[in-house]
Amino acid sequence: MKVKVISRNPDEYLRETKHDIHKVQRNFDPALHPFEAAREYTRALNAVKLEKVFAKPFIGSLDGHRDGVSCIAKHPKKLSILISGAFDGEIRIWDLPQQVCLKNFVAHNGIIRGIAYTPKGNRFISIGDDKTIKTWNIKEQEDCEVNEPKNTILSKTVLNNISFHGKASTFATVGEVCQIWEESRNTPVRTIEWGVDSLHDVAFNPVEHNILASCASDRSIILYDIRDTDPLRKVIMNLRTNKVCWNPMEPFIFTAANEDYNLYTFDTRNLKHPTNVHMDHVSAVTYVDYAPTGKEFVSGSYDKTIRIFEAGKGHSREVYHTKRMQRLTCVLWSLDNKYIISGSDEMNIRLWKSKASEKLGPLKPREKAALRYSEALKEKYASHPQIKRIARHRHVPKHIYNAQRELRTIKEKVKRKEANRRAHSKPGEVPYVPERKKHVVKEQS
Amino acid sequence: MPQAEAEPQDEAKESPTASKKQPDITYDVTKIKKKPWGRRREDRRLEKMKKLKQKPNPNPKFKGRVKPSKELLEKYSKGKGVNVKGVKLDIHKKKIRKKEDKIKFAEEQAAMAEILLTEDAGFLEADSGETTTQFTQKQIVDSVDIAAATKHFDLHLDFGPYRAKYTRNGRHLLIGGQRGHVAAFDWMTKKLHCEMNVMESVHDVCWLHIETMFAVAQKSWVYIYDNQGIELHCIKRLNRVSRMEFLPYHFLLGSCSEEGYLSWLDVSIGQLVGQYNTNLGRLNILTQNPWNATLCLGHAKGVVSFWAPTSREPLAKMLCHKAPLLAVDIDPSGTYMATSATNRELKIWDVRKLEGPVQEYKLVTSANNLAFSQKKLLGVGMGNIVEVYRDCCITAAKRPYLRHRFVTPISNFKFCPYEDVLGVAHGRGFTSLLVPGAGEPNFDSLEANPFQSKSQRREAEVKALLEKIQPELITLDPTVIAEVDTPTLQDKIEAKKKLLYLKPPRINYEPRKKAKGKGGSVKMARNKKILQEEATKEFVKKKKEILKENTECAKQNKPQHVLDRFLPKQK
Repeated sequence: MKVKVISRNPDEYLRETKHDIHKVQRNFDPALHPFEAAREYTRALNAVKLEKVFAKPFIGSLDGHRDGVSCIAKHPKKLSILISGAFDGEIRIWDLPQQVCLKNFVAHNGIIRGIAYTPKGNRFISIGDDKTIKTWNIKEQEDCEVNEPKNTILSKTVLNNISFHGKASTFATVGEVCQIWEESRNTPVRTIEWGVDSLHDVAFNPVEHNILASCASDRSIILYDIRDTDPLRKVIMNLRTNKVCWNPMEPFIFTAANEDYNLYTFDTRNLKHPTNVHMDHVSAVTYVDYAPTGKEFVSGSYDKTIRIFEAGKGHSREVYHTKRMQRLTCVLWSLDNKYIISGSDEMNIRLWKSKASEKLGPLKPREKAALRYSEALKEKYASHPQIKRIARHRHVPKHIYNAQRELRTIKEKVKRKEANRRAHSKPGEVPYVPERKKHVVKEQS
Repeated sequence: MPQAEAEPQDEAKESPTASKKQPDITYDVTKIKKKPWGRRREDRRLEKMKKLKQKPNPNPKFKGRVKPSKELLEKYSKGKGVNVKGVKLDIHKKKIRKKEDKIKFAEEQAAMAEILLTEDAGFLEADSGETTTQFTQKQIVDSVDIAAATKHFDLHLDFGPYRAKYTRNGRHLLIGGQRGHVAAFDWMTKKLHCEMNVMESVHDVCWLHIETMFAVAQKSWVYIYDNQGIELHCIKRLNRVSRMEFLPYHFLLGSCSEEGYLSWLDVSIGQLVGQYNTNLGRLNILTQNPWNATLCLGHAKGVVSFWAPTSREPLAKMLCHKAPLLAVDIDPSGTYMATSATNRELKIWDVRKLEGPVQEYKLVTSANNLAFSQKKLLGVGMGNIVEVYRDCCITAAKRPYLRHRFVTPISNFKFCPYEDVLGVAHGRGFTSLLVPGAGEPNFDSLEANPFQSKSQRREAEVKALLEKIQPELITLDPTVIAEVDTPTLQDKIEAKKKLLYLKPPRINYEPRKKAKGKGGSVKMARNKKILQEEATKEFVKKKKEILKENTECAKQNKPQHVLDRFLPKQK
């Protein structure tokens, strides 16, 4: 007879001293791990609930301006430096990690319309309502008085915005016309005009450096190539576009923040209709900025909220608001993809996390693994009704909630009316128009 | 790069210098640059080349990674996977394929990890001319090592017939005598946690999720004690309970009573999740299906019923025998169910499909106790004899694997998890028998750890509580939560039918304020009536439409008869 029974030597299973870690035996036999799906589902549910528990996106506010913040510029190389301009002509330089103002000085007589860094980040240019373009050469650490700009240009026309070329020392300003400047010269190198309406925003493409987009007050978005003499193309929308932003990863894509509460993503190769319409704001959208990954963008609106959209999706994934934050004038996504900086009417600059529940600071490897696991679970069980409901739920202030409800009824009304018209007219007389085609008047070239 | 460039020249020269011995053309794939805006054709060419020039194994002695065998992969398989055929878009197809690859990889990894298992299963082999049945416990104990020999022991106790249960990790044992004696102890070290007499009859005992708490079904109510024997709770809503089962992943204490009630008590929040009258008479056969956490009752009519706390009716019923049932048990993987009845029958069923019987046995005397071990050994208790059968589910076992005879009748027995031990509680106490090959040799510390320390236990308890599965998820098929919920045609039709029995909507009519003399309550009432009638009319109209649609659907579904073509055309 041959016999063997299970007999375990405890020494092999117990740690030797108290300072060791516990020994862990694994056996992946499915029979020993029952209810795999149900347990995973429970974990996913916990993960999505915890995400909600930890969702505290507001980090802090930079307080100091004596008038509403009109524009903000992020440093192209440094994450910690931020420049902001206000409606009273004051410029402030901020240290973001310390949340303190390093310097402040009055730069312009009147509103500061735009600030732009040079690609290397050693100078910045500001424009204001006093029709001057001032170049500032500032070392933030020094305490010297910097009330004197390095260079001042007096422009002949009104200036509304500025954007710097991604490589060369060229920049563009817009006002009555679009002007291209060379940093070393005091007169514009070129002036480009299309139509008589004034322009209020301009943006150089960060990848295809010579392409330029601007929005005009005749509800159009105009594309330029600065190597060319004439503007490239123009698309006219139903309502005015407030701001355009290029996708930093896909050079042919840009997103426009529109007065009609929506954002439109265009493909420059086909401007006939936007590739995507992003809805959710309940008032005019004033600002838009892409994340450095190009997968998401943030928008600020006149309805006192910031929303984060995924580039390919029609609805926002996140909405930020506080009781005290008023109309947004500018919103930026920091270059490390972690923070959002917003400037608003009531003189404050606010700092937010781009992922509301993200833990700041270094993570331990086990923490990282756990977070990755819960991310995967959330994705796997995303379409389960319970999990979907919890993940989607956002609390919004009353005025937003009411406005949303009102908009919904208006949309329903329009839809119903159209359906009625369709039902009572000849078939084919009232065509179905996709949402994407409703908002563009025409494309010109 | 130079080698790649040389290639076209060589080809050009090929025909004139065919007789010459050609130099071997070697492509170094890594040196060919991919075009920055990778064209598809280009990429394919590269892939083809890679296939052509697979380097031979430089060291044929070592064949590289060995893939796990098919049987092993089958064991760790997570199912067939998604069929991409029905998917329309290429991008989704790709996504699904990627996901499937990941799952496959995980399966392979799990299968490969099997070589890391340290312990081997026990066995008992007879020489030629011998049978395993003839070996007595004494012989087995004499021929195993000392540590294992201590696992065979006898407790002579006087408050008899006893019932016994092991914890989930197999380390602790709880025994309860009919006449009030309850004791909990670590049976390996023989360290006693507590021992007491509850001064009432004890019908069943049951461990809760950890070894510091257990439930005892006493004369009228269920009591919960801690491991020092201090009474924590008296649950008066569980009245005259005969049997108890604990569902560890759901934290539910399932119990059936002599009055025919089946109840689930959530021990983490102390609430009854469900309590139903089964209307099937006195209940005293209860077991759980460890695979899907349904409770399984055996009845005097030969029926086995499966219950979940969410439904008042059983999820399924099986007529297993034509005689009153005596015992039911389901194996830990939830594949097989063994039932025995008073007509001396013993049947094995496939419980996943609710089919069977897979095997039928006729015993010498009827079996009043059944228990499966982790390795699918079946213990059968008949009077004062316990027999253990091996390989009795798929193939018919001819003779018992082991047999042991007691002086007094057996009241219950359980195989100890992760040990080759069968604990038998009988009239005069408790006996622990050695059954080689009964238990799973390799445990998973994160699931059930026999060598758990106090801190580990605490942490595991918190983790388990966080992962508590909601009682609504108890269904016959536990994987249902991970599947796509597509409403069947039947569901759709039923939903539509339901719509037909809805009430017409009520109109909340608030009349406009009118100038004096223009309105009047009579007019108002009339207007309201008109509006309501209109709404009802519209509702009826809609209903008719739906009904029409349904009938049309039904018509289309009716198969056409060959002779239908001769019928006049219907409009």
